[in-house]
Amino acid sequence: MLHEHVPNLAKFVEPDRVRREVYTDAAIFEMEMERIHERVWVYCGHETQVPKAGDYYTTQIGRQPMLMVRDKDGKVNVLYNRCPHRGSMMCGDRSGNAGEFFRCSYHAWTFHHDGRLKNIPMMESGYAETRWGRDNPDCNMKRAARVENYRGFVFASLAEDGPGLLEFLGRSKVAFDDICDRSPEGKVEIVPNCFRVIQHSNWKIFLENQLDALHPSVTHQSTGRAAREVELQIEKRTGKIPLSYHMLSAFSTVTIEKWDNFQTLNYPFGHCILTGYMGLRPKDPDTLEYERVLAKAYGEKRKEEILTTNIHHVLIYPGLSVQSPLQQLRAVRPLGVDKTLTEIWHFRLKGAPEPIYRRALAYYNLVNSPATLINADDLENFWKAHQGLSSEGGDWVSFHRHYGRDIEKEGMVETAAGCGTSEAPMRNQMKAWTQYMTAEK
Amino acid sequence: MAKKNPVKTTGAAKRPVRAAKSAANGHDTQHAVEQFLYRQAELLDEKRWQDYIDLFAEDGMYWMPPEPSHTTWDGMPAIFAEDKNLMTVRMKRVLHPDAWSQRPLWGTNHVVGNVVVERESPNGDVVARSRFHMMELRRDDVRHFAGLYIHHLKKTKDGYRIKLQRVDMTNAQAAFDYVLQVWV
Repeated sequence: MLHEHVPNLAKFVEPDRVRREVYTDAAIFEMEMERIHERVWVYCGHETQVPKAGDYYTTQIGRQPMLMVRDKDGKVNVLYNRCPHRGSMMCGDRSGNAGEFFRCSYHAWTFHHDGRLKNIPMMESGYAETRWGRDNPDCNMKRAARVENYRGFVFASLAEDGPGLLEFLGRSKVAFDDICDRSPEGKVEIVPNCFRVIQHSNWKIFLENQLDALHPSVTHQSTGRAAREVELQIEKRTGKIPLSYHMLSAFSTVTIEKWDNFQTLNYPFGHCILTGYMGLRPKDPDTLEYERVLAKAYGEKRKEEILTTNIHHVLIYPGLSVQSPLQQLRAVRPLGVDKTLTEIWHFRLKGAPEPIYRRALAYYNLVNSPATLINADDLENFWKAHQGLSSEGGDWVSFHRHYGRDIEKEGMVETAAGCGTSEAPMRNQMKAWTQYMTAEK
Repeated sequence: MAKKNPVKTTGAAKRPVRAAKSAANGHDTQHAVEQFLYRQAELLDEKRWQDYIDLFAEDGMYWMPPEPSHTTWDGMPAIFAEDKNLMTVRMKRVLHPDAWSQRPLWGTNHVVGNVVVERESPNGDVVARSRFHMMELRRDDVRHFAGLYIHHLKKTKDGYRIKLQRVDMTNAQAAFDYVLQVWV
């Protein structure tokens, strides 16, 4: 039993600080997989990744390799990527189409797209008088205990019990509403490309960085300044600045003091929102045309509501970081105590004019691609953080910034005015972490 | 990235197997293209970023698609899709004294080979493909990158200039361990 290796787990976390072992201890990592990732709702993918019957996409929930697959009735199922016979992995490709049914490459056992056994070669003669037979549920590919789809975003939980998806998401569900509502049809589709980047650091270090408003102007200043220099040269030559440059130069023009004007909203289960509009509403002809299309679809009042939704970033603990105004998200897949994979996706707003897609695409390419001028600095910080925490140079990680100034109301915590750089999101995440890790089974 | 793709190009799968018949001076073209590609690779390894950027035509593009089936960067996800302005941002960022994630600087070693001149126009413009292998050392970590270059070269009085360099990196399909800092 793992918890016997790590007694008194609650002592590792205080409201304003956390023991370093929480990030570096391999036994704690295994407990996290068991008690957090393999119990909560984990984002598997978007339903448009698997448009046709038999289409599948591999994914991961905690340590478990999973398949997201569409069946003949159009339903999206989430199954363990494993044949129940001798345990072989069923699909070796990252994605594809299984055809009429899954067929194990080892002994040709076949399964319906919902995991039910279809056939075993020479089943009647081979299994007569054994306890292995069609009625035995162990003959099926195992399914995720629960699967739910919110506006096309597919989540699964490996635990039979627990809050439903909407109860789990709570107010953080705005991430998906904000993405979808920005489409005049209320729908998005996947841009068929996934950037995958590995970080040599604990998964929590990435999540804590996502709403850390103190870091951008420090971490990313070299890129911000370089982009600012070049955009000024372009302006001198052409009289105009390409919009995409703003996405980089903002890291130098939004100084550290200005980040305190943002606000974080911290919710149950560790979810958090960083507010602050990303300047996506200029008055250029493309934007004005987009606003006309949205007003036609929703009416003027609703259009205004949609376009003024005040979100910079939504963090859905413990594995999803969503930038809804730019229709992109990063799914976090912990691979080990010091190794984390991020899968980075972009969505197209159905029915929106092409330039709006291209604007978000520029951000996807410049900030989120594997040649990123931004995340390169973050990943270096994460690695350094993990290295430092592995040392005995100190026992605690500090989350004291603006501690005591948090405003608690209606089951949530919001940061006070002028406290945007508060470490409240980290405190909120560790609060959820402690609840999950110390909960009675 | 906002620019229209001036050149349509495909990855390896759809390219002709044999080299195109060059003009009478085929040997000279082959030699000139090889020398150009070697020099370009050398500039990367020597970190002569401005000289590297200067090899591109004014409307030149450096493009690394995430998968070989892509035929344009226009409106598509791309690992790199950089005109000279964006290349200049990348250079200035790497050289900036506060680009601390770039310290320690990494070292690279490029080898370019299998150079095939695919097409030579009467005006001397050339399409050439080649294979590259790059080893990188960053701190104590070694990484290997390899793939296909397709160069669309424009002949000028100062020698060739790159209208488009397409880089189909074999590793593009794999998860990236850390990220790419500059052009490959």
